[in-house]
Amino acid sequence: MSHVLAVLEQRDGALRKVSHEVVTGARRLADALGGEVHALVLAAGAVQGTEASGRYGADKVIVATHAGFGQYAPEGYARTVAERVRSGGYTAVVFAASAQGKDLAPRVAARLGVPLAADVTDVVVDGGAVIVTRPVYAGKALLKVKVTAAPAVVSLRPNVFTPVERPKAGGAETVAVSGDAGRVVVKGIKAAAGGSLDVAEAPIVISGGRGLKEPANFKLLEDLARAFGGKAAVGASRAVVDAGWRPHGDQVGQTGKTVSPSLYFAIGISGAIQHLAGMRTAKVIVAINKDKDAPIFKVADYGVVGDLFEIVPALTEAIGKLQS
Amino acid sequence: MKIAVCIKRVADSETRVKIAADGKSLDEAGVKFILNPYDEFAVEEALQRKEKAGGGEVVVLACGSQASQETIRTTLAMGADRGVLLETAAVPADGLAVARALAAELKDGGFDLILFGKMAIDDYNHQVGPMVAELLELPCVTCVAHLNLVDGKGTAEREVEGGMEEVEFPLPAVLTTEKGLNEPRYPALKGIMAAKKKPLEVKPAALGAAGLEILAMTPPPDRKDGRIVGEGAAAVPALLQLLREEAKVL
Repeated sequence: MSHVLAVLEQRDGALRKVSHEVVTGARRLADALGGEVHALVLAAGAVQGTEASGRYGADKVIVATHAGFGQYAPEGYARTVAERVRSGGYTAVVFAASAQGKDLAPRVAARLGVPLAADVTDVVVDGGAVIVTRPVYAGKALLKVKVTAAPAVVSLRPNVFTPVERPKAGGAETVAVSGDAGRVVVKGIKAAAGGSLDVAEAPIVISGGRGLKEPANFKLLEDLARAFGGKAAVGASRAVVDAGWRPHGDQVGQTGKTVSPSLYFAIGISGAIQHLAGMRTAKVIVAINKDKDAPIFKVADYGVVGDLFEIVPALTEAIGKLQS
Repeated sequence: MKIAVCIKRVADSETRVKIAADGKSLDEAGVKFILNPYDEFAVEEALQRKEKAGGGEVVVLACGSQASQETIRTTLAMGADRGVLLETAAVPADGLAVARALAAELKDGGFDLILFGKMAIDDYNHQVGPMVAELLELPCVTCVAHLNLVDGKGTAEREVEGGMEEVEFPLPAVLTTEKGLNEPRYPALKGIMAAKKKPLEVKPAALGAAGLEILAMTPPPDRKDGRIVGEGAAAVPALLQLLREEAKVL
């Protein structure tokens, strides 16, 4: 049988949402290959939320437990996943191209001696072969790539594979992992000041550029983000990150993060080519800029010309009313 | 400290991508090539670590075409001691093939640290560093934004969603660098002159078979034309109505 292994993620003992996208992508592959989806999550004990994996199409959920697996343990995780792939004879292995997946997937692929098709935005099966689409040059071009090695190891770009309900049995099993967790030890996660939502995973991203004039004015964007009730993250252009106004992790563009939210606000951003590359796969783009000829308006679905210091507070108020 | 830095020659981030006649690759005509921006942080970190240790060697490796020699020279001008080019006409799409070639070269080098940029801004593969670590069975931390090394042990912070993961690891190790780790230096004229005389070895890359086959490169789908909703705060109600009723995202 051509089974697919979906590698899920937990943080603090709770399944991360991106895991549902992984199960959805794995289900799509398994249906085309005629096999089951087995979802694997590595943890120190029970994981909250795994029952939802059945709803999104996992035939079985395997929780692999180890005292050292509460935090991400790169070496122990890689060994455990690779061993599971070998013993289960999987045809394909699916990861999220999240911070953890970008670290773990290459290790697992190298251990298995097969390539990794990373950060893919589409995956199909044609004549038994897995074929992926990957944005390159930050989305300025798309590569269609055939995986000619087995198993096919892929990582999925967050926010692209919208979770689809495909209920399956979703039975759970727990296996204890023996051996060492590894030499690289994660001591903990220091929370970022801006909250837990990352620009790469947020359904709504509100980015600001030099038009904000000074770092303190990003408060306007943070207020707007809050009005969306925890669904929005604040991003930034390269210019303001290089100027030290915002942390590097918030940068959207070719030398920052490539994002695909359902709604993207570009506020006071002119639209340099390297920024456009990073956000052009957003489903809907709104631009607010005082210069009606700014390049950002060429990619925006909706543009508002004018003073952002008037427009943004009005927008925040209106969104706040809408949400309440 | 003996440090290796693996770098890549990439198209500049301002490049307008035109697809070559083969329909599978970038048309390089008129394209400016640069040292991959994330690799600059790796080179800078290596130079600072060597300076701090008061001795050692910084070796820069690249896997790429003849033209990558120029990119290696840039790092020698920054202050690296010598370069090695693992030459191949084209860098394969399969990062594991590249990792194998680099690992074979690094294997017996006796390096305390092997540094990479966290990813290349051309192929976005984000994988060669940790793959080399696995092939060499070395500890590895990716996307390092802060780094401390004391007595053969390291602590690092790596960016994850909503925070910084605090990581401990022993040396020797493979690290990949994130923007913000340091401020890369510009090559000074003196460095540029000195770089011309520094050793740069060129040998064929032992890539082996690749397991990814590029079928096509295409431009991204065009976004449909947008429109200006209006001017100033007065346009906000119309914008909200469009987002709710037309785009259906609210």
